[in-house]
This record gives sequence, structure tokens and C-alpha cells, in this order.
Amino acid sequence: MAAMTSYRRMQLYGALLLLPAAVLLATFAYLPTIATLINSLFLPGFRGEPAEFVGLENYQLLIEDTTFWRVARNNLIYALGTIPTSIAIALGMALFVNARLPGRGFVRMAYFTPTILPMIAAANIWMFFYAPQIGLFNKLLGALGLSGVNWLGDPSVALTSVIVMTVWKEAGFFMIFYLAALQSIPPELKEASDLEGTSRWSFFWRVTFPLLMPTTLFVLINALINAVRVVDHLFILTKGGPNNATNLLLYYVYENAFSFFDRTYAATITVVILLVLAVVATVKFAILDRRTHYQ
Amino acid sequence: MRARLSFPLTALAAAMLSAGPALADDPVELTMYYPIAVGGALTDVIDELVDEFQAEHPDISVDAIYAGNYDDTRVRAMSAIEAGDAPQLSVLFSIDLYELLEQDAIVAFDDLLETDEEREWLDSFYPGLMENGQVDGQTYGIPFQRSTIVLYWNKDAFEAAGLDPETPPETWDEMAEMAAAVREASGGDQWGVMVPSTGYPYWMFQAFAFQNGHRLMSDDGTEVYFDDPAAIEALEYWVSLSQEHEAMPDGAIEWGTLRQNFIEQSTAMMWHTTGNLTAVRNEADFEFGVAMLPMKTQRGSPTGGGNFYIFNDTTEEEQRAAMTFIRWMTDPERAAAWSIETGYMGVSPDAYETELLRDYVESFAPAAVARDQLEHGTAELSTYQGGRVRRALDNAVQAALTGQMTPAEALAQAQREADGALRRYAR
Amino acid sequence: MSLPTLSAARGVALRVPSLETTAAWLLAVIWIFPLVYAVWAAFHPPAFMVRFDLFAPLTLENFANAWSQAPFARYYLNTFLLVTGVVLAQFVVCTLAGFAFARFPIPGRDILFMLVLIQLFVFPEVLIVENYRIASGLGLVDTITGIGLPYVASAFGIFLLRQTFKTIPRELEDAARVEGCGWMAILLKVYVPLAKPTYLAYGLVSISHHWNNFLWPLVVTNSVESRPLTVGLGVFSAPETGVNWATVSAATLLSIAPLLVAFLLFQRQFVQSFLRAGIR
Repeated sequence: MAAMTSYRRMQLYGALLLLPAAVLLATFAYLPTIATLINSLFLPGFRGEPAEFVGLENYQLLIEDTTFWRVARNNLIYALGTIPTSIAIALGMALFVNARLPGRGFVRMAYFTPTILPMIAAANIWMFFYAPQIGLFNKLLGALGLSGVNWLGDPSVALTSVIVMTVWKEAGFFMIFYLAALQSIPPELKEASDLEGTSRWSFFWRVTFPLLMPTTLFVLINALINAVRVVDHLFILTKGGPNNATNLLLYYVYENAFSFFDRTYAATITVVILLVLAVVATVKFAILDRRTHYQ
Repeated sequence: MRARLSFPLTALAAAMLSAGPALADDPVELTMYYPIAVGGALTDVIDELVDEFQAEHPDISVDAIYAGNYDDTRVRAMSAIEAGDAPQLSVLFSIDLYELLEQDAIVAFDDLLETDEEREWLDSFYPGLMENGQVDGQTYGIPFQRSTIVLYWNKDAFEAAGLDPETPPETWDEMAEMAAAVREASGGDQWGVMVPSTGYPYWMFQAFAFQNGHRLMSDDGTEVYFDDPAAIEALEYWVSLSQEHEAMPDGAIEWGTLRQNFIEQSTAMMWHTTGNLTAVRNEADFEFGVAMLPMKTQRGSPTGGGNFYIFNDTTEEEQRAAMTFIRWMTDPERAAAWSIETGYMGVSPDAYETELLRDYVESFAPAAVARDQLEHGTAELSTYQGGRVRRALDNAVQAALTGQMTPAEALAQAQREADGALRRYAR
Repeated sequence: MSLPTLSAARGVALRVPSLETTAAWLLAVIWIFPLVYAVWAAFHPPAFMVRFDLFAPLTLENFANAWSQAPFARYYLNTFLLVTGVVLAQFVVCTLAGFAFARFPIPGRDILFMLVLIQLFVFPEVLIVENYRIASGLGLVDTITGIGLPYVASAFGIFLLRQTFKTIPRELEDAARVEGCGWMAILLKVYVPLAKPTYLAYGLVSISHHWNNFLWPLVVTNSVESRPLTVGLGVFSAPETGVNWATVSAATLLSIAPLLVAFLLFQRQFVQSFLRAGIR
């Protein structure tokens, strides 16, 4: 009987310990998620009237909204452009600095430095590179006798320019995960393969790369989230232009909510983002973490 | 409306205020957001003005908050209102009027006027600058940092291209020819002309359209006319500057870095706000001139820039104090000094009559161009759902300039989008 | 959660052929170049933005301009308050929750924990619209608390601390209990000290995240009194204002300097921390 009470007391104590986190999570994660779903079913009040329930009309508008599809497609291209490239570069960097290399400390620092810069600051610096006519890139091209590119002003190039900057910003961050993974590979494997005379190339593909698979998946999830979450650079570089060529989903939410004051349409787009994230989360929890025990 | 309920009280408050520091115990505290969209260290200028005002009016304390560009500032002010922390007054985009009205955020100055002197003050501004601040005969916005678009030209570059350095283009054709001449004479090193197409593309387009005799919106802010043949022709001309005359670079031209382009002499002409005048003057190490924009069927430029607004959610006392501050800031002497400091227009004819500005205009003729162009001015594009409507037009301009669509297709699409946004407002 | 130190791996390292060395260095030069360029632009007169000249005159004027054109001192203070506040609050809240998940038989614990982990995906940035409404309902708009509060119950922090606490042997806890310690004392005397490396790692990651955060602070702040450095910088250098580039470079360096210097001084700890926090 006494044991039971003490067990109960532990339950209560534990719940109390959890309370602050629970309240905060409810306020800033669960509640807003639910409110977003609800608001996506309303239209904003016309001339001061209360909001009007319209069912799925916002979703209908969304489907007909060519800008939305443009933005969604941009975001997909952005993800496809940034993720594989930055992961491949990160892996290359990790292999470089894991090897014996003159000036390894400097090289590692150089790779990692963009990670600790704010995206806003990075965008400011890249703005100088990308500016047409007077920017550094076009000055360099001009010195080579080539005509300049309107890096951010030409819709067929602008998104690529944004992607290049993002890869620069993220690769160093992903590198350190690979570095850690590389260092946990037992040296005996390498020694054994050296004895067998395996080439470095085939050692990489047959031993190193498979062993790095969990890291790759982990990095992949992170990169996916960042492709949705980080739009800071758009505020400086392009504001989503020209003609929405570089607009991304979260920036489109911001525009709708805070420039057009259309909070319910913003909520509708947010729901789409939440769906995408739900897929990512499912992939992570149901597939990648199958063997991880949260006990 | 509270403003009319307690008239005697207001009068009393006003009397107390004017009685000066002796009677004032706690100063009235005002918060004001303001934007800057042009070059130069203008926050300093504003801070100095505010300090000077406070020294003269110890009973009023003003907290002036720089909030970024016009869009940022509107977002900041609106979200502060939503959070129940409204500022008492702000300088916001003159074209934010309809959105502010729709949110029931601002008061009409007509309701705050008490003396004949104040009524005179309200009538003292250039009518062209009042247009964007008035609806249904009521005035909601007082012009402060106002500008128009002007043509800046590099006289050295004109001379090098064998053009008369003192003669800017008068017409569209002349501008295209001169720009192409510069481009050719420089062997492709220098562009002929640049018109910015980020930041405020709709504004630049409005100038082209108006020069072609076309207004883009109705007076009540409920309709737009983007797909009119005159508008299409205007956009076609803009596109032809790069496509046909090869005098302007392809693609979007960045508003923010354009001044730098002009200073670095990578273009011989640029269209930009008068608000950049002082910065260009300080930075250019070549001879330059400023002229009215060229014409097709008529001269013209939209006005632009920021107006003072007084917000709804304020006490009588705060509204009176805000009036005092706004009147002080727009006083001819101040307006003259502000204009010289920034390149913005002197907002009233009286400002140009001050010794300060008269001398300045005499010594630096470009300073008068904006004023002279005002008689050919038109209101800036301003409608309900302004954010969306302007964005639709911005996108159309950029789509056409970057060759994604023909001008006609792009403007037809913008018209559809704008009609969609305005469908609930049709009268 | 034991990590090999970076130096421990040296025994495994291979001899790099010179081609790879060249490639590694080339990549390093490209990666560091933007920062070097910003430094160049900030310390030279505007005319040398795109003109390279080894003997170009050095100047501090750009910094003076930037400093006088925006209240950077205030922004520093705000960012400092924000980062300190967030990290401390995260430590407290996440410690309590991590402890609860690690040691207490809460009913439905696993489901609750999964619910917490959802926040790894539904982060405050995505919910800016609703979070703004909530912050405004709580009167938190334009306050430093308002910037930080949505991040305090960090799923990531709870997860990390729970993992760490679970590795701590029960015997230590029992020993403390024999000495008469209650749960709080056990937490503070046994668990927290042993989790020090996790706190350090999580703290550094959190500091750099919040130092660099932009979108939510942009949305929720209105005035100089609460604006952190990133937002101040964004407002300052929005290209529309056409601010002089050299000044923007100086302002950019000003806002990243403290974190950058800290990083250069404590490089190893930073890298280790990011690793430790990232590896699960």
C-alpha cells in the first residue's frame, strides 16, 4: 500500500517536472498548429466584420493560385539543388580534413566558418558578389572578357544563385557530422584493407560510405528541414523576386500574413508546409529510427 | 467618435499645451515609426529634428523609431496596432491609406482642426502631394518625405558619346537614342540608361503609363486598369530599352544598388527618386544633371514617399500633441532644411519661398526639378488590397522585362490578379 | 555518447596525395573568401569595394559610419539579453522535463515523449502567423521575452538531456538518497554536474542559433528596444535603402564579430559541441 502511494507520488512529481515544458509546448507548438488548421477554413472579415467560415474555399483558392504552385515548385527545386550538393561537398570536406593534410586546422576552420554566420549577414556579403555590373562576380567575368550575368535579376538564374549561397552556408555544418562518423570508423578496417591491397577508391565505396549511411540519413533530414525553415536570405537578396522566381513557401506565408494582411490564406499555406514536415517526420520516426529505442 | 464628443476638453488641453512648460508636469509621450528608402544617414537627421522639437516643447516627448523600408514600417505599425500597442503617429507610405482606413486605424486631420490657422496649414501643401492622402474630401495623410521620379544623367558620359552634356532627353525616342549612343560610344563598357525594376517596379511603370496619358487606377481605389492598350504600349517601350535598343541591361535592375551603379558610372542615366539627390551629389565625382522624366504624349511622374498619419487609438491629448509635432515638422523652414538634407521635396510652396531653400535652389538647380515636375504629377498607385495589387503589377513588370511574358500577357495576368483581389470592393 | 576527439583519429589518417591537398585548400579558400572579402570591404574606403589594391588605404570610417547610423550598442545588449535568457530558461525547463522523462514513471510517457519530439519538426518559424497572434495576446509583442519564449521548451534540449540522464548509473542516485537528498537535490547534485558536457554542447549550439535567428524576431519586434542584431542588420542593410556598401560590410562584421571571435578562440569546443549535440 505504501509502495503504491510512493509510486503515485513519483508519477505526480514527474508530471510536475514536465509541466513548464508542457505548458510552453502547448502554447507555442500544439495550440498554434490547431489554430492554423482552423483558421485555414475562414476568410478574413471584410471591412471590420468578423471572420467568415468558408470551409475549404481557401484550399480551392490555393489550388488555383498559380503563384502558390510556382513557389512550391521553387521550394522543391531549392531542396533538390541544395541538399545533394551540400551533402556531397560536406562529405568531401570531411574526407579532406580527416586525412593528413598540411594546415588541416585552417582548412577545417575555413569550411566551418559559414555555419556560425547569421544567414542575414551571409546574404549581405553575397549581395556584393551578385550585384550586376558592379558586383564582384561580374567584375571577375569582365576581367576575363566575358559578359556579366544578372545573378539575382534574371529569373532563370536567380534561384540557382540563391541555392549556391545556401550550399556555401550549409556544407560546413554537415561536414562535422561526417567528420565525427569517419573518426569512429575503426582504424583496423583500413589497415586490413591496406594489407589486402584494396584501392582507396573501392575502400571508400565498399567500407566507408556504407558505414556513413546513418550519418547521411541524419544529415538529409536536417537538410530537408532547413530547406523549408530558412528563408532569411530572401529578405536581403531577392524578396522572392523577380516575378516570384525565388519565392519559397515560408516566405510566401510571411508575405501573405504580414504584407497582404491575409492571415487565413497564410494559415492555408502553413498547413501545406506542416503536411510536408509531417511526411519528413514520419520518414524519420517510422523508418530511420526503427532501430533506435526511445526507452 | 471621441474626437468630437469632448471638444471643450480638447480646447482646454490645447490651451494647456500652448501655455508651455510651466504648466506641464508629465510630458505627453508620442511614439512614431518612420521608414527610410533612400540613401544617406537620415536617422541622424530625424533624431536631431526630434531633439530640437523636444527642446522647444518640453511638454511633449517623441520616440522616433526607424523601422526599415516602407513595407517594413507598415508591417511594424500594423502589428503594433494589432498587439494593442499602437503608436500615436507614424510616417508611412502615402499609398497605405486604404489599408489603414480598412483597418480603421487612422483619423482624419479634418476632425482635429480647431483654429483657422490650422485650417490654413492644411491648405498650405502642394495639392499634388495631397492627392494620395485624401479620400472622400477628408485628409488623412500630411506630406512629409515626398518625392517624385527624376532622370539623373552623367554629363561626362554624354560628352564622351558626342552628345550635348547640357541637354537631357525630352522624349521617349530621344532617351532611347541617347542611351544607345552612349552604349555604342563606350564600346559596351557603359549602359545607356537604367530604370530600377525591383523595390518599387509598379512606381516606375506608373510613370511610363502616365507619360503615355494613362492612369492606372480609379479615384476611389476599387479598380485598376493595367491591361489598357496605353499601359501595354508603355511596358513595351520599357522592355524595348534593353531588347531593341540594347541600351539597358537585361533582367531586373536592383533598386538598392542602382545609385551605386550610377556613381560607378556603369550607367549614363538612371531613373530614381529625388530622395537620392543629396546622396548622389555627395558621392559622384563627375558632372551630373537632373531632369524631368521624358515624355511620350505628356510629361509626368507619380509622386511617392511618406505621409504623416495620426492613429485612432490615441487620447485627445496625444492627438493634439501629435498635431503640434506634425505642424512643427512640416513648417516651411523645417521642410526647407529637410529637403536640402535629403533631396526630398519641400512639401509646400512656402518652403520654396524660404531664404534657405531659395539660395539652395539657386546654387544647385537640380533641387528644383522635382518641384517643377510636380505640376505634371499624378497620385501614386493606391488601392484597397494594395499589397496584392501592387505585387501583381510588380510581377507583370518583372515578367515582361525578363522576357518571361510579352507585355500584353503580363499585364493581362496582373489585371486578372488585381480584379480577384478587389472583387469584394467593387461598388 | 562518447565521442572520439578530433586528435584521437590522427593515427588513422592517410597520407594525402598533393592533388587532393590542392583541392582541399582550394575549397578552403573559396569557403573563407566571402568573409575575407567582407573584411576587405569594411576596412577600405568605398572606392575599393571592387578594386583590389594591396596598398589601398586602411580606414575605420566605415565602422564609425555604421555605428553612428544604427544603435548597434543597443542591438548588442538586446541580443546578449536574448541569448542569455533563452539559454538559461532552456536549461531549467529542459532539465526538468528531461529528468522527468528519464526517471519518472509518468503515465503515457512514451506517447508524451513522441509528442515532444514532434516539435523538432513543428518549430516556431513555421507557425509565425499563429505564434504572432499568441504572443500578441500575451502582451509579448516587441519584448525580448516574446522573441525567446517559443524556443524555451526545446524538444532538442529535452531529448539530449534525457539521453544523458539515462546514462547516469542509478547507484549514484541511490547513494545520494542514502545521504538524505530529495529529488531536487539529487537532480542538482548528481545529474546536473554529470551532464556538464551536454550542457556546454547544447548551450553553444543554442547560443549560435539564437544569435543568428532572424525570421521570428523580425516578426515579433517593432522597436530598437527589443530588436536583436540580426534584425537590426536586416533593417539597416535592406538593399532598398541603398546604404553605402562599405558601411554595410562594416555593419555586417560588427554584428558577427563577437560570435566569430569566440568561435576562432574556442574552435575545438564549438566543433565538438555541434557534434555532440548533433549525434544521437
